[in-house]
Amino acid sequence: MDLNFSAEDIAFRDEVKAFLKENWTDQDRKDMGNGLSMDHDMPVRWHRKLAAKGWAAPNWPLELGGCPWTSTQKYIFDIETANANCPRLISFGLNLVAPVLYTFGNEEQQKKYLPSILSGDTWWCQGYSEPGAGSDLAGLSTRAELSDDGTHYVVNGQKTWTSTARYADMIFCLVRTDPTAKIKQQGISFLLIDMKTPGITVKPISTLDGQQHVNDTFFDNVKVPVENRIGEENMGWTYAKLLLTHERTGIAGVARSKNRLSELKIVASAEPTGTGQAPLIEEPTFRAKISQIEIDLMALEITDLRTLAGVQKGGAPGPESSILKVRGTEIQQAIAELFLESAGYYCQPFVQDTHWGSYEGEMIGADYSTSTALQYFSTRPATVYGGSSEVQRNIISKAVLGLKFK
Amino acid sequence: MDFNLSEEQTMLQDSVSRFIQNSYGFEDRKKYIAADNGFSAENWNMFAELGWLGIPFAEEHGGFGGGALETMMVMEEFGKGLVIEPFLATVVLGGGFLSKGGTPVQQEQLIPSIIEGKLQLAFAFVEPQGRFNLADLTTTATASGDGYSISGHKGVVLNGPSADKLIVTTRTSGDQRDESGITVFLVDANAAGVSRRNYPTIDAMQGSEITFNDVKVSADDIIGELNNGLPLIQSVVDDGLLAICAEAVGAMEVLYKTTVDYSKQRKQFDVAIGSFQALQHRMVDMFIEHEQSKSLMLLAAMRLAEGSDEASKAISALKVQIGKAGRYVGQQAVQLHGGMGQTEELNVGHYFKRLTMISHTFGNADFHLNRFGEL
Ligand SMILES: Cc1cc2nc3c(=O)[nH]c(=O)nc-3n(C[C@H](O)[C@H](O)[C@H](O)COP(=O)(O)OP(=O)(O)OC[C@H]3O[C@@H](n4cnc5c(N)ncnc54)[C@H](O)[C@@H]3O)c2cc1C
Repeated sequence: MDLNFSAEDIAFRDEVKAFLKENWTDQDRKDMGNGLSMDHDMPVRWHRKLAAKGWAAPNWPLELGGCPWTSTQKYIFDIETANANCPRLISFGLNLVAPVLYTFGNEEQQKKYLPSILSGDTWWCQGYSEPGAGSDLAGLSTRAELSDDGTHYVVNGQKTWTSTARYADMIFCLVRTDPTAKIKQQGISFLLIDMKTPGITVKPISTLDGQQHVNDTFFDNVKVPVENRIGEENMGWTYAKLLLTHERTGIAGVARSKNRLSELKIVASAEPTGTGQAPLIEEPTFRAKISQIEIDLMALEITDLRTLAGVQKGGAPGPESSILKVRGTEIQQAIAELFLESAGYYCQPFVQDTHWGSYEGEMIGADYSTSTALQYFSTRPATVYGGSSEVQRNIISKAVLGLKFK
Repeated sequence: MDFNLSEEQTMLQDSVSRFIQNSYGFEDRKKYIAADNGFSAENWNMFAELGWLGIPFAEEHGGFGGGALETMMVMEEFGKGLVIEPFLATVVLGGGFLSKGGTPVQQEQLIPSIIEGKLQLAFAFVEPQGRFNLADLTTTATASGDGYSISGHKGVVLNGPSADKLIVTTRTSGDQRDESGITVFLVDANAAGVSRRNYPTIDAMQGSEITFNDVKVSADDIIGELNNGLPLIQSVVDDGLLAICAEAVGAMEVLYKTTVDYSKQRKQFDVAIGSFQALQHRMVDMFIEHEQSKSLMLLAAMRLAEGSDEASKAISALKVQIGKAGRYVGQQAVQLHGGMGQTEELNVGHYFKRLTMISHTFGNADFHLNRFGEL
């Protein structure tokens, strides 16, 4: 056991730092704003730069464009990029559909889709949830019927909460192909659908953080070529399950939370306490809250590294990786809440667009304070999407602790 | 001991409650927000006609002669509908300053206009550097001619955009955080040297940043005592705290009930999500938080009504509880509604927003935990 970086790791860190210095300028950081707006341009800009260096998809198999990094090196990369305020890459293509493609897709599909995912040229979105199928994903009812000549499916139904669907070129969907199947997990197929296909309508949904990231996606007699199906018909659930475990890792967001926490400390050093006499960070109650988060985060960081090391030895992350999702999102929420608290009365003004890096209007109060409420609201869904905290706890209780429930 | 309402109080509560049920649906509220001044002038006139704007004022000024309990009841009902009309700013705070500290002339001139719904007020007391310290003031009023000249900046002034008159806390002597040397002035919102930057707030109210640049006022515009304004300010803010906490209690009641209803209807895994014990216990805790909040609300209101020395301590206790409960109930309501809870189109998130803002008004839970310990 050793917590220290090896000489190779230090050399690697210097390489990452040098790359960032060249490729992620002060202007880029400024354009990011506070990162609330998961707009199209910033992640794509960053994705292309990483792709040019061969660093866009560290987790992919080497021969497809992955990186020969150890888990420590992946960790170093995450920390350095988070500290530089780089955007998170949009994971739908890179981390969600790609593993399904290279694990279950046929050669043709792999050739057709993987290169443009790697380069950042195709934008994917995830069509899983439906109004009636959220936590109980297998309850989905979007219907796909095979045409008589067997050349295509006709898809009808509605997906919802589809993040970034408005930018997407492609959507990967779970659809019901056999409504008569005895068990609802059977009878589901995995389809790749071109968003430009006639019959698809996307309707944005406004959320509490003032954004419209999520959408309703409607399918009205949408024709999907049969070669766009992954693997076998009615076996989609098996493929999707793999994807769900991938969705669970990386969601701990330790590097980003560490970075946010250090920003919080800076902000709270500039704000006064309730009585105005000292910096807020010196107020015992406030400092206790920051310290508690920091301690939770220290523990999570090591839990994360232990999980990563386990994966590196072989195998997918086990059900205990749900810890990362549960704790990681709670920490993100707690940090956002302290930013809000730090802003005091100035969390109240609502100024449209202040969270965009390009916002040039006047701020109200301190620069950071105006968007703290929106940021706080934007962290609330983190315990809902990607398997809610309740569902993650169910997974741990069933699959790790062996507890049964009726 | 008696926790029952008088007949008059029951009638008042019923009439406000009916108004919320009939006229303050989620869609109605959207229309009110979209109006020019950010609330419904029609509602305001109706409040006047129904006598609600006169609730805390003495009968000699045309008021209802009510006190803390009546204000509490109205605000609790308002909380259930997330009422955006500026009752707090104009009646509770503005009216409170006039009732408690106004000169007879000020009272005669202004209180009837408030009751008739013709005068809007705003309390300008927040300063960016002062956080929750009411005595931390850099806005100064310096003697000039026979009067005073006010200069400084006040932030997050609720109802600032509509206010005809502002109630401004200033330093007339001493150092920035001294408890003495503070004076409250009544300032015409359109006076020369007053400039407002208006904006909506996160919870769909209206606020302003207000700059005072050599604004001339006379000694007749002082509310309360020269150089000894802090006790008056603290007393009015305690009334304001009761009002927003009562509003929070109303909002929490709606949230826990809405969540329970939703959990009975929403099916996943072929059963209502309300059948999951993990969620049942969460809703039970929401309910407990609401009940505990209501108890402290009643305690604080009764203490205020009797003018007890313990009133401020009870108010701080209430604010601590509201901070904790509002956070828990709000977060859980959103969480238990899943994706729906995150949307603008569902009312749940709007209650959550209001509760979040209430917890950062007139001192947050930490501030009041401290004050509670010191009192
Ligand atoms: C911002 C955002 C982005 C999203 N992006 C996408 C996307 O790109 N693609 C996509 O397909 N989906 C997306 N989702 C959908 C997300 O995956 C679902 O919201 C999630 O699965 C929960 O489903 P639901 O909203 O229907 O809530 P429900 O499943 O109805 O859950 C309601 C509440 O009940 C709880 N609950 C449910 N079952 C149980 C149980 N067995 N035990 C205990 N508690 C339970 C839940 O945890 C939750 O608190 C997104 C959601 C959000 C909010």
